[in-house]
Amino acid sequence: MDYAIQTDHLTKTFGNFTAVNAISFEVAPGEIFGFLGANGAGKTTALKMLTGLLKPSSGQAWVAGIDVTRKPEHVKRRIGYMSQKFSLYEDLTVRENIRLYGGIYGLKRTDIKSKTTTLLEKLQLEPYADQLVVGLPLGWRQKLAFSVALLHEPRIVFLDEPTSGVDPLTRRQFWDLIYEAAHTGVTLMVTTHYMDEAEYCNRVSIMVDGKIEALDTPRNMKKAFAATDMDEVFRKLARQA
Amino acid sequence: MNRFFAFVLKEFRHIYRDPRTMLILFGMPVVQVLLFGFVLTNEVKDANIAILDPSKDVASIRLTNKLVSSGYFRVAANLQSPEQLEPAFRKGSIKLALIFPSDFGHTLDHEGTAKIQLIGDASDPNTATTLINYANAIILNFQQEYAQSSLGVQQAQTPLILAETRMRYNPEEKAVFNFVPGVMTLILMLVSAMMTSITLAREKELGTMEILLVSPLKPLQIVLGKTAPYLALSFLNAALVVLIGMMVFGMPMRGSFLLLGFECFLYMFVALSLGILISTRAQTQMAALFVSALSLMMPTIVLSGFLFPRESMPVFLQAVGTAFPATWFIPIIKGVMIKGVGLSYLWKETLVLVGMAVVFIGVSVRNFKSRLE
Amino acid sequence: MRTVLYLVQKEFLQIFRNKFMLPMLLVMPVVQTILLSFAANYEVKNLSLGVVDHDLSPMSRQLVATFGASGYFKVYNTVFSSKIADADLARDRTDLILEIPPHFERDYVREGAGKVAITANAINAVKAGLAIGYASNIVRAYSLNEATTAAVNRPPAAIQVEYSNWYNPLLDYKTFMVPGILGEIISLIICFLTALNIVREREVGTIEQLNVTPIQKWQFILGKLMPFWMISLVMMTVGLSVGWLVFRIPMLGNLWLVFAYTLVFAPCMLGIGFLISNFAESQQQAMFTAWFFLLIFILMCGLFTPVDSMPEWAQRLNMINPVKYFVEFMRLVLLKGATFADIQQNFFTVLGYAAVVNGLAVWTYRKRV
Repeated sequence: MDYAIQTDHLTKTFGNFTAVNAISFEVAPGEIFGFLGANGAGKTTALKMLTGLLKPSSGQAWVAGIDVTRKPEHVKRRIGYMSQKFSLYEDLTVRENIRLYGGIYGLKRTDIKSKTTTLLEKLQLEPYADQLVVGLPLGWRQKLAFSVALLHEPRIVFLDEPTSGVDPLTRRQFWDLIYEAAHTGVTLMVTTHYMDEAEYCNRVSIMVDGKIEALDTPRNMKKAFAATDMDEVFRKLARQA
Repeated sequence: MNRFFAFVLKEFRHIYRDPRTMLILFGMPVVQVLLFGFVLTNEVKDANIAILDPSKDVASIRLTNKLVSSGYFRVAANLQSPEQLEPAFRKGSIKLALIFPSDFGHTLDHEGTAKIQLIGDASDPNTATTLINYANAIILNFQQEYAQSSLGVQQAQTPLILAETRMRYNPEEKAVFNFVPGVMTLILMLVSAMMTSITLAREKELGTMEILLVSPLKPLQIVLGKTAPYLALSFLNAALVVLIGMMVFGMPMRGSFLLLGFECFLYMFVALSLGILISTRAQTQMAALFVSALSLMMPTIVLSGFLFPRESMPVFLQAVGTAFPATWFIPIIKGVMIKGVGLSYLWKETLVLVGMAVVFIGVSVRNFKSRLE
Repeated sequence: MRTVLYLVQKEFLQIFRNKFMLPMLLVMPVVQTILLSFAANYEVKNLSLGVVDHDLSPMSRQLVATFGASGYFKVYNTVFSSKIADADLARDRTDLILEIPPHFERDYVREGAGKVAITANAINAVKAGLAIGYASNIVRAYSLNEATTAAVNRPPAAIQVEYSNWYNPLLDYKTFMVPGILGEIISLIICFLTALNIVREREVGTIEQLNVTPIQKWQFILGKLMPFWMISLVMMTVGLSVGWLVFRIPMLGNLWLVFAYTLVFAPCMLGIGFLISNFAESQQQAMFTAWFFLLIFILMCGLFTPVDSMPEWAQRLNMINPVKYFVEFMRLVLLKGATFADIQQNFFTVLGYAAVVNGLAVWTYRKRV
């Protein structure tokens, strides 16, 4: 079977510190794969290696069938990425940000126009299309960032803590967007430290100190740890480690 | 007060734990002072000149040799015709041309007079003037020697007024006496002002400003607390730079060390508080930098008297120059180190610097307070 | 190439939206060029002269009056004690002291020889040298004048020197300073801007979003450099126009050549800014590193002190100073009317420089760390 994402002993060390310690896993196409762990567990580092932002120290990884360690630039056309820090331009308007990224991914001018219209409509951002992003509330910004990451119709999208600092209602709406994307066959890899969000994923992996300590569907995981919710799973796991 | 010291200590740790900042603070000024001390001089030596000498006689060759042996000139081209002058100047390969008439020695010997033409490249007017003055002095000197030796005629006994000249403070006429104090003043000013100008802007950009604002520290305490660690480091820096001036460039130290220390301390405080003032106004580090580096650098170089004599500037620009702290510190450092004068001679400059410090800190605190409200 | 245009559009949007940046880019170079060019003047004039007159004879007064009428000196005061005059010299109230001894006139009349002492504050040795030169000339001229009126028998000056100052016959230093200062300020601005702009994107995190796109390194760098490149051309045009309007600086050479050169020179400074940003971790580091090099470039470019007077090693070091080439070029083309053939070496050096620096910038830029 062709996996969307596959890693084999992927490792990243910074000096003496091992941020990601030989992780191996596979993600099937169309899956919503949750990447859980406390702050500093190595989730972001792993994601940055998979998106070609960070060079792995050892191990291998394939994204969309391409070896990321060797050909990071080839992977980039096929993936979308939304970073932990809001990273669209705050001093550009909503429309200008969309146009910029559309242009960078080589979309046609007419495509950029039509996509902008549908996107604004979907996010109900039309009244704010020509406002600077700096004035938007955080939740809207995150939704915009996610939509921009989907602009070039990537097959795989990486989301790094997309909902941190966002109110519960907006979080719920954000997950609706994720489901919608998954329905169109996009593979999504999401890091989060909200354990309740893990329930929304098809499968989750829990990282502790750079290692994947558990990997399964949320249901199986709760059963294995005899826990009522994912939060309890996580606490039990952390105690073991 | 304890809170204040804890804050200063925290700020201090921030700085000295960062090796790159330390390198910037100490490494860069040292390298620059060393470099500029050796490189900057307005003395002209070994300037390339062209000679057009159709006469090629004893007199013209002796004069040419005399020009070259002065050390000011180097013959870069022996031209054959006046047509070659223009291309030589245009290529920029010569700065001055000396043109002898075809019968130079002959007319000088027989008629007692001869003509020489000097052409300077005045696209650089300063160098042209200096070179023509030097050449002129050498020609005058040559003329006297030549008259005495080859003519053997004693000039008519005319009553003469002899001008005895003395070069006070710098009898060896070293260029470093002028440039090193200026370089020290300029570099210490810029490093310190730039250093502090981005501190608050940085906290604004990184979002740590709110923490400071809700802290129980008073605005004056925050402003001084931000300045204090840099003041200690900048003072050390100034001491280092003064030491280089003395050890490497042979700057004298004729005045009191204590006074120099005090003045350096004051000057550094002015520079740092100017940086803080910029910082309280600027929203981004980029804005702070533009104000501190771009609008301070060139005007300080040009208007402070570091390179150009202030008395030759238009009155309006002399007035603009007084707004820059460097303008006041240059006479102080020259006064203490080279002239060996005390505070009784420098009180005016010192007072102006004190005034600047008070104004800068005062306005910073006010800007800071208005942010709180 | 389309990608680059989108990036250029984005940079321009950001620049024009920044209320602070635009005046800085358009107004500051012009204002500084005008003001500073008036002040950047090595001419030694308005020297303040302190007189100690121990003689108080008609002749001593006449000599002092000659100084005052010369145009070089302003008589600050006339005192009778060397101590007071010394103190004025120490306070920078005077630049030099003319001391006339007692019995000056009597000695001159009786013994045919007089003596005066001239003491200059020599901290600025060149200025003091010129001042003493002027003063000695005045004394010599005065004494010759006295001699001719007294004895009639005046020896003719054996060698008559004729001077001419080419390219700038009136020795107007402004024509020399305007293009140079303009170039320095443009270099400063564009180098700082590039370095900070990129490091800021890194600090804020926006660069990461660009780095996960398939955008190529040269596209990114070109997209960053082109806006500043165009801005530098605008600054040059505005600056030169103002220089021409205000100072009437002669524009002997081909103006197209000047613009062509600017197009090649600006990328040198931009590339240096880019290179610095690749190695800087924070805006603070970028700015200090840029400042370090820019101050060296500016002070060593030959505008303020002659390049020929620098030690040999410094002149060799100066080969990596782009601003030096710029000042040299401007002087040759604008003031001397040099043609492309005259300056082609300079032109190609700068072109090569730009290629190397930008090549290094592309090479050291890392999309993946």
